[in-house]
Amino acid sequence: MSRSPGRKQENHKISRELFVLTYGALVAQLCKDYEKDEDVNACLDRMGYSIGIRLIDDFLARSAVKKCRSYSETADMIAQVAFKMYLGITPSVSCNSATGNEFSLILDKNPLVDFVEELPAERASLCYCNLLCGVIRGALEMVNLAAEVSFLQDRLKGDAVTEIGITFLRKPEDRKHRR
Amino acid sequence: PRSELSLAAFALLFSELVQYCQRRVASVAELQARLAQLGHHVGLRALDALVARERPGRRETKVLGVLLFVKGPLWRALFGREADKLEQANDDERTFYVIEREPLVNTFVSVPRENSSLNCAAFAAGLLEAVLGAAGFPARVSAHWHKGTTLMIKFDEAVIARDKSLEGR
Repeated sequence: MSRSPGRKQENHKISRELFVLTYGALVAQLCKDYEKDEDVNACLDRMGYSIGIRLIDDFLARSAVKKCRSYSETADMIAQVAFKMYLGITPSVSCNSATGNEFSLILDKNPLVDFVEELPAERASLCYCNLLCGVIRGALEMVNLAAEVSFLQDRLKGDAVTEIGITFLRKPEDRKHRR
Repeated sequence: PRSELSLAAFALLFSELVQYCQRRVASVAELQARLAQLGHHVGLRALDALVARERPGRRETKVLGVLLFVKGPLWRALFGREADKLEQANDDERTFYVIEREPLVNTFVSVPRENSSLNCAAFAAGLLEAVLGAAGFPARVSAHWHKGTTLMIKFDEAVIARDKSLEGR
């Protein structure tokens, strides 16, 4: 398949609305197919994971960032570069634990819920944006960082902010290799 | 700008969507129907915002007008560029074609052509059908492998009849 020379595939953008509405259509479909919120959440997480393991390649190719040397740098990278690149927002990062492996991303704005006012009553435990957790988890795994990612707070559920928690699982083994 | 997002993100999301549907259907026709349904969901909601932005205060009342709106501003707003061609069928005044050599949504989906050919186009077809219906031009839209990807629009008789009577004035 040959591409016409004038076409720059890397710079192509699509409308935010198309993306957000398509995501909404997906969640709506999952809600039709699964009765339990937990099942929908799990499905979103799995799909996010599949996306994350592929998205990381695009991210690394387009951002040309250097290797992160600490969990804190990694969390900053996710918030300031990746989120900016793919969703156009920059969540703020805070470190939650003294051990330095638990972080929170606080999302002030979230384009995915542009058209969502509130969750329907029968779907109170739905993590509407759970895809994001899977994406982060998948992407991190592809750069050899195992992590647990989940929503700690969700504005759609009535919390004050939307907060994603990232817990890096592996101890920094790099130190061993360097010696 | 804030109103645009990276193609990669959408393409991967779309690919997951297709795979999800694929796992739950038994035939290509069912898969296409599911994708059309999802496209429908999107089209219905996309129209108002788009019209408000692109054509404030004006509603298309003629078939040609709405088709040019679709091929140009609508496609540009959704997919980042105009559709390649807009054609009318030689033998049927109800039928029009929107043609795209390489639909953007196909980017990360690789499909053996012999097997299931029209995944992404079915989504766009459902989207377009919803848009036309909500704009007051009910039609059936289907997707075909032809000159790339062709969306075939078949307007209801009433639409063409109305258009003719408008021309008379």
